[in-house]
Amino acid sequence: MDFYTVLWREMVVLRRTFYKFFASRLVSPLLYLVAFGWGLGRGLKMNGGNYLEFVVPGIIALSAMNTSFNAVGITLNMSRLYHKTLEEYLIAPISAGAFVLGEVLAGTVRGLLASLIILALAFLFGARLAVNGWFLLVVVLTCFLFAALGVVAAMTINSHEDMANFSTFVILPMSFLCGTFFSPDRLPGAVAYIIEALPLTHASYALRALARGGELLPLSLAVLAAYAVVLFLAGVAVVRKVR
Amino acid sequence: MIELRRLTKHYGNIVAVAGLDLEIKKGEIFALLGPNGAGKTTTIRMLTMLTRPTGGMALINGYDVTRDLDKVKKEIGVVPQHMNLDQELTARENLELHGRLHKIPAPERRKRTEELLNYVELQDRAGELVSRFSGGMKRRLMIARALMHSPQILFLDEPTVGLDPQTRRKIWDLIRRMNGEGMTVLLTTHYIEEAEVLCHRVGIMDKGKLIAIGTPGELKQKVGEVVVESFGGRDTGYKFFAGREDALAYARHLEGDVLIRESNLEDVFIELTGHKVGD
Ligand SMILES: Nc1ncnc2c1ncn2[C@@H]1O[C@H](COP(=O)(O)OP(=O)(O)OP(=O)(O)O)[C@@H](O)[C@H]1O
Ligand SMILES: [Mg+2]
Repeated sequence: MDFYTVLWREMVVLRRTFYKFFASRLVSPLLYLVAFGWGLGRGLKMNGGNYLEFVVPGIIALSAMNTSFNAVGITLNMSRLYHKTLEEYLIAPISAGAFVLGEVLAGTVRGLLASLIILALAFLFGARLAVNGWFLLVVVLTCFLFAALGVVAAMTINSHEDMANFSTFVILPMSFLCGTFFSPDRLPGAVAYIIEALPLTHASYALRALARGGELLPLSLAVLAAYAVVLFLAGVAVVRKVR
Repeated sequence: MIELRRLTKHYGNIVAVAGLDLEIKKGEIFALLGPNGAGKTTTIRMLTMLTRPTGGMALINGYDVTRDLDKVKKEIGVVPQHMNLDQELTARENLELHGRLHKIPAPERRKRTEELLNYVELQDRAGELVSRFSGGMKRRLMIARALMHSPQILFLDEPTVGLDPQTRRKIWDLIRRMNGEGMTVLLTTHYIEEAEVLCHRVGIMDKGKLIAIGTPGELKQKVGEVVVESFGGRDTGYKFFAGREDALAYARHLEGDVLIRESNLEDVFIELTGHKVGD
């Protein structure tokens, strides 16, 4: 139950700053929906459906990624290097596994909330998506794995600036290329291969297939689960090593 | 009881702590003094398991700080040199979080939280975010937090830095009271007076080594209990003497203003480390 203590702290803070969190999570999806759904995508057909319905699962995937990664990565990096509040956890009798699980679940909660906000917005924009339990599970897995990536990045990157660089060179390109706004098969061969191996691509694929008619893509689900496990274990390993 | 044997820490080529041998007894208040960069914080960080020694060993109540982490964690409370309270939480929530991390059952945790808030006189501000606290309030809260799980040994790294004289004395009282209840205290400070009035024994560190250890009285005896300070003449400076007669005899030959007084710990410190505190 030690992980719950870590999660509890995050939830106390989330509750206190909820309106700020809510408002900040509205802005970028709203812009994406306006730009790509309404502006660019009006009347555009994509794989036989309308573009808005194509792009919303992609926006959910990338927001899940961004929110979860930043929620854990940036705050934990600050806590380790700047506020030094991480020490409070290191001198407490809790295991690295419990600590990472608490942090990752906290990031997952934020990512999931951000995704639900987009679903609601998309509904207002007129997108009709089929949302079921599998859809939510894919969102949760996506949040979980990127929150775990946040732990790994936060514990291994030794400056604030390099943390920002990591976002720019890794997270940002993924946001645009991983099947979020267009299908990666339009990319040149070698690039398409790399993109196929990235977790966000499978999050987009899986969410899109489910949203369109409830089709479950077992391969994508397996890829996401594998990334979640590997990144979680990597997170535990880097926290153990911090002393 | 704290035992250090050849405790060593290298950071690359820098030797932060160079083989410390030291024993601090149960119920003692012990101060580590030393100029900036002497290795005081590094020593405390090794004893509190925030960084691993590169050599030697340290035992806390018999438990090895590199191996019995969970056992050691129960024995010790830590007040670090930098402010590391959770600024996004209130004072009460900071204590609550610490209590939960140390697995204190809920009823006891609540009771202890209120007790400690009273103890450090923060009960009126308990529901406020820590980011709004003054430096002295934050220090007091950090001490309360370190005491939440009733540790037997308390580490305080410069507990009174930047505090006004009244607040500093309040913290001294707090440390004495805890010590009166049986707690062992290891603190570092740049306020030599603090070590002199508060501590049973003092260790002076320089360049990673312990260069002197003893009660304030013993250390003063070591360099000489009487000082002659001279100003303005040819022989500006300090000179130490074992007794008043020798000091007077020497002072008679000096030109300019002369001050003869009892030596204090600050004199000892300067004499032994060869530079003024804070250089
Ligand atoms: N993380 C680190 N990496 C490299 N060198 C370090 C690190 N931490 C401390 N040092 C070095 O170790 C030496 C001892 O530092 P330490 O912080 O223990 O001194 P201190 O006695 O606490 O000084 P102060 O009175 O200024 O707090 C210094 O030379 C410092 O530069
Ligand atoms: Mg220090």
